[in-house]
Amino acid sequence: MTAVTASAAPAVRSARAPRRWGFLARRLGFYLAAAWSAITLNFFLPRLMPGDPSAAIVDKLQRVSGQQLTPSALESIQKVFGNPDANLGRQYLDYLGQLAHFDLGISISNFPTPVSDLLWQGLPWTLLLVGTTTVIAFVLGTGIGAVAGWKAGGRFDTVVSPLTTFVSAIPYFWMALLGLWLFGFLLGWFPLSGGYDADLPIGLSPSFLLSVLHYGVLPAATIVFSAFGGWLLGMRNMTVTTVSEDYVLLAQAKGLSGRRVMLRYAARNAVLPNFTGFALALGHVVGGALLTEVVFNYPGIGYLLYSSLQQRDYPVMQGVFFLIMLTVLLANLLADSVYALLDPRIREGG
Amino acid sequence: MSTAFLTSWKVRIGLGILALFCLLAVLGPWLAHSLLGLDPRANDTSVIARPPSGEHLLGTNQFGQDVLAQVIAGARGSMYVGLLGAVVGTAMAILVGVSAGYYGGRTDAALNFLTNLFLVLPALPLILIVTGYLQGTGLTTIALIIGFFGWSGGARTLRAQALSIANRDFVRAMRMLGERGRRLVFAEVLPHLTGLIASMFLHAMIGAVMAEAGLAFLGISDSSAISWGTMIQSAQQQSAVLRGLWWWFVPPGLCIALIGTAAALVNFGVDELANPKLRVARPASVRRTKRPARAGGGA
Repeated sequence: MTAVTASAAPAVRSARAPRRWGFLARRLGFYLAAAWSAITLNFFLPRLMPGDPSAAIVDKLQRVSGQQLTPSALESIQKVFGNPDANLGRQYLDYLGQLAHFDLGISISNFPTPVSDLLWQGLPWTLLLVGTTTVIAFVLGTGIGAVAGWKAGGRFDTVVSPLTTFVSAIPYFWMALLGLWLFGFLLGWFPLSGGYDADLPIGLSPSFLLSVLHYGVLPAATIVFSAFGGWLLGMRNMTVTTVSEDYVLLAQAKGLSGRRVMLRYAARNAVLPNFTGFALALGHVVGGALLTEVVFNYPGIGYLLYSSLQQRDYPVMQGVFFLIMLTVLLANLLADSVYALLDPRIREGG
Repeated sequence: MSTAFLTSWKVRIGLGILALFCLLAVLGPWLAHSLLGLDPRANDTSVIARPPSGEHLLGTNQFGQDVLAQVIAGARGSMYVGLLGAVVGTAMAILVGVSAGYYGGRTDAALNFLTNLFLVLPALPLILIVTGYLQGTGLTTIALIIGFFGWSGGARTLRAQALSIANRDFVRAMRMLGERGRRLVFAEVLPHLTGLIASMFLHAMIGAVMAEAGLAFLGISDSSAISWGTMIQSAQQQSAVLRGLWWWFVPPGLCIALIGTAAALVNFGVDELANPKLRVARPASVRRTKRPARAGGGA
């Protein structure tokens, strides 16, 4: 009975208010639920491990370091793996309270640096490197894909498309290793690891920024090279499908210039699925750099996750996952909002 | 089952390469041992990090192990993870996607939420963290985890398809005849999705091979198991790049790229058959007019 009245009320309201708000409200609700699920997963996952994980970890760390852990490090571990003596519900509430203050605990391997400090150090590097390369790869791939799809079966298309298929099947980290070997080791054009010249003081001085650029070119190039193929093939196939639509034929019959038909009629409609993909890719900027940063020892979030995994630094692992999750959900929400603006159909269906 | 898809050269080449690697995974280690007398684990300290030669066709690595024998043994490891991961992932996608689309209502709402949740969860970091908590995992565990986190995309596609099939007349008719739910789903609805599921399975397989390689590269693997991923990882650990030992890390990566290309070729070929508009891309588009009769019969 209540369900009927509840579903009737928004229908009346949405007839007056723009539909897009209803769509966005539904998506917002989903992302809030997803965020809560992820946070809860983050809490329970370590506690579900067999045995008494926190005791086992403490034991292991003490054996490795050969000395007794400080009480605060002990507390940091128990925050992640749970204290068997304490109430689970109480621990969960404490955990939520700390997250609300962005208090992610204290790193074990870099004791006593707070995890949030480590995250803030890594975040700009990852955003800069992967953010720029994602945009470049998208623009490049979509542009070339539109051209290839416009004259499908032509000379350009028959060379580019199979080549791209092969390139996008290459495992990323392997290609990055090859690039490192070829351009870093054999030719010596680029440095082999790191994100900046360690001899220079970190700051906004021109020489430091130049070194950042010099260190960043090779990792950036490998990301663009491996990522643009997917955009290209997606855009090509969508363009091929769009080109045979009646409205494209009509535009050509009206005598519009080929360039105008290609860009304003075909590409504009063909780009929509790619655009959704782009928004999702932006969400994976923080998490997706994992392999790049490991290959090039780039000082970002991915490398932080990798090194925390190697050193079994669980508070840092948990913190990185929290950050990755947060950015992915925010980017998804953003993508949905922009998409609702671009494509009127989505507001109707939802 | 139609064989129309075999007329495409892309599909034939792709399936050929995949079959070759499957054979290599099944028979390779045995052949390498009995015919070539190679043991992937044998350490020959007299030949350490040698480039390819007549005796060791792909050279030897830092530990004096034959790279060719390792690549062949790695095929088994990687294909095993690929297949198991794909089986788990596809089965979950079918279970969640088809039931969501068919049953609708609350079941659909709950399962759809689950699917969307797994779609937005960043898979690689999540897998990394889960395996990190587990500490020390075999290839089977890795394959299971990869499958468990990799079903959501397929489930979404299957849900949409099942939704449209569940509302078609023949399903309605069967329902009116008193057909029960489960049989209706698996005997009537599911067969219409076999093509889609096969292509999903292929995607999932190459995805799992790549994921295993990526995880091994990040140090998540059983150190005693041999797969293409663990080969590249140990090459990286022994800084093969900085010492120019290219024959150590190039072959395993090339194998993964070949399998990936093969799977992509098959999927392209199938796509072109399913979506005739894409077939314009073929140079022989003139011949198209003669074909519909045959293609139509096949479909």
